[in-house]
Amino acid sequence: MQPHIKVDHVSKSFGKKEVLKDVSLTVKGSEIFGLLGPSGAGKTTLVKMMAGIESPSTGRITVLGTVMPDLNTMGRIGFMAQSDALYGELSAYENLDFFASVYGLPKKKRQERIEKVLELVNLTEDRKKIVNQFSGGMKRRLSLAAVLLHEPDILILDEPTVGIDPVLRQAVWEELHQWSQRGTTIVVTTHVMDEAEKCDSLGMLRDGRLIAMGAPDQLKEASSSATLEEAFLYYGGARQ
Amino acid sequence: MRVRAIVIRIIRQFFRDKRTLALMIVAPMFILLLLHLVFNGEDYIPVIGVGDVPEQIEDQLADTGAKTDRMTEPEAYTAMDHQEIDAFITMNGMTPSVILEGSDPTANRAVMQALQQAFENMKPSERSVRPDVTYLYGAEDLSLFDNFGPVLIGFFIFFFVFIISGVSFLRERTGGTLERLLATPLRRWEIVTGYVLGFGIFTTFQASIISWFAIKVLGIMMAGSFGYVLLITFLLAMTALTLGTLLSAFANNELQMMQFIPLVVIPQIFFSGLFNLDTMAEWLRSISVIMPLTYGADALREVMIRGKGWSFIDHDIYILLAFSLFFMILNVYALKKHRRL
Ligand SMILES: Nc1ncnc2c1ncn2[C@@H]1O[C@H](COP(=O)(O)OP(=O)(O)OP(=O)(O)O)[C@@H](O)[C@H]1O
Ligand SMILES: [Mg+2]
Repeated sequence: MQPHIKVDHVSKSFGKKEVLKDVSLTVKGSEIFGLLGPSGAGKTTLVKMMAGIESPSTGRITVLGTVMPDLNTMGRIGFMAQSDALYGELSAYENLDFFASVYGLPKKKRQERIEKVLELVNLTEDRKKIVNQFSGGMKRRLSLAAVLLHEPDILILDEPTVGIDPVLRQAVWEELHQWSQRGTTIVVTTHVMDEAEKCDSLGMLRDGRLIAMGAPDQLKEASSSATLEEAFLYYGGARQ
Repeated sequence: MRVRAIVIRIIRQFFRDKRTLALMIVAPMFILLLLHLVFNGEDYIPVIGVGDVPEQIEDQLADTGAKTDRMTEPEAYTAMDHQEIDAFITMNGMTPSVILEGSDPTANRAVMQALQQAFENMKPSERSVRPDVTYLYGAEDLSLFDNFGPVLIGFFIFFFVFIISGVSFLRERTGGTLERLLATPLRRWEIVTGYVLGFGIFTTFQASIISWFAIKVLGIMMAGSFGYVLLITFLLAMTALTLGTLLSAFANNELQMMQFIPLVVIPQIFFSGLFNLDTMAEWLRSISVIMPLTYGADALREVMIRGKGWSFIDHDIYILLAFSLFFMILNVYALKKHRRL
């Protein structure tokens, strides 16, 4: 199958600082692709470029066959940023209503989808509450709900489960698997190893370089390590 | 449709933040009221030194309520230097001659009023000679509340719209919601237009209430049509809105946004006709052509004081429109920094 996301020799510099160095990777359709790496490795920078809000300094990124950024393709992507981007003065429902309208959903469809996603993230009871009064986890869940409204073909989630309790985290991952089975392509960043295990495919980032790519089991096997953590250290060390 | 989504969201946010909404409307009214009280207070009673003039002139002056005081010319100059009297009247041959102390516009006006009344009350035969008036300190008859009221209305609307729109756009950027918007298929111009329309509704509302308050409640002079005043204040607000959102791109937090006040907003008040610029160097005076308030204030004065109509304000209107459009386009362009498309 043609890859849904293709990152082609991408480098990114902010001023003199090069934060991504010649990264190439592909994400296949309807798989869960995990980007694993320590803080500052460049995960956020990379997924922002996939979502079309940053542009690579060199190289290019293709999503669903078009070079990013592309407004049509962006309409088929759901991007959830690392920090919650919500309007604090508005209620949960009003926030979702706004984002749904931005994606051009007609009124009836909008209401239907909002009910659906609220239920999914378990916020139906709190829909009328002002977001400023939400807990951190509730905001995270609402951010997640907001990217699902327009039923995107591609989900790009930057550390979606930070601040979410273990029970809900479990539920979120179950949902992710269900969506990917139904054909949604999902890119998730994380620095938690047990979450990385749940991905179909992994890319390991360190200091802006892609140090390894493959299925979790494959990566462990090839580096003859018992855990992903060991594998990460192995690939990281082998570079130097 | 997507623009409408932004408009609705801004309206909802406004109603949640009632304090800001109130600030936008109540604060300018409050300041105008204070100025009104300061400048249109109790009638000022002038003290006029009287030199070698016929008895009936002094009597007539006293009848207008002014205080009079006989003195010689040298005494009068000393008294004026100590601000003990506001003016001195004496005879210069057959013509009465008046010297005004000149530094306080309120006093100047009171003296002139007293003189006018005094001379009008005289018998026609005595009235033939009008006094000639000179200013000791060369000051003109400075404008009062009526005169600079239109400038102030324009200024306050500009000031508050600039700050509120700038800060709310800044929040959108620092809070990450701008990035979130740019991750959607929204076009840059749609974001800018949404902002202009959403805020436009509030600024229209604000401009109407403040103009109404100044004219109807404070009784500021209003010779022209209220509709023109609304049009001018609305356009001035639009310019402030688009300039505020544009400059917010160069601020990293609310405090930095406030730093634009002395740089961008306050200088405009000096150039907008509140102060006489005749003594200023030519090149310095010409700075005012890039200041939106110059045009807004000029148009407001034409309408409110001189009662002029469209043909006297049309160029101001077009320039304000051009400013708004220009800033909007720059806004669309500035968003490029965040997303190439
Ligand atoms: N706008 C920017 N300007 C300058 N430097 C930046 C910018 N954005 C990111 N960086 C730098 O790029 C590097 C990678 O940042 P990035 O946010 O991609 O890391 P990350 O892997 O997402 O980290 P974390 O796990 O902490 O979120 C960091 O060193 C950061 O300082
Ligand atoms: Mg990050």
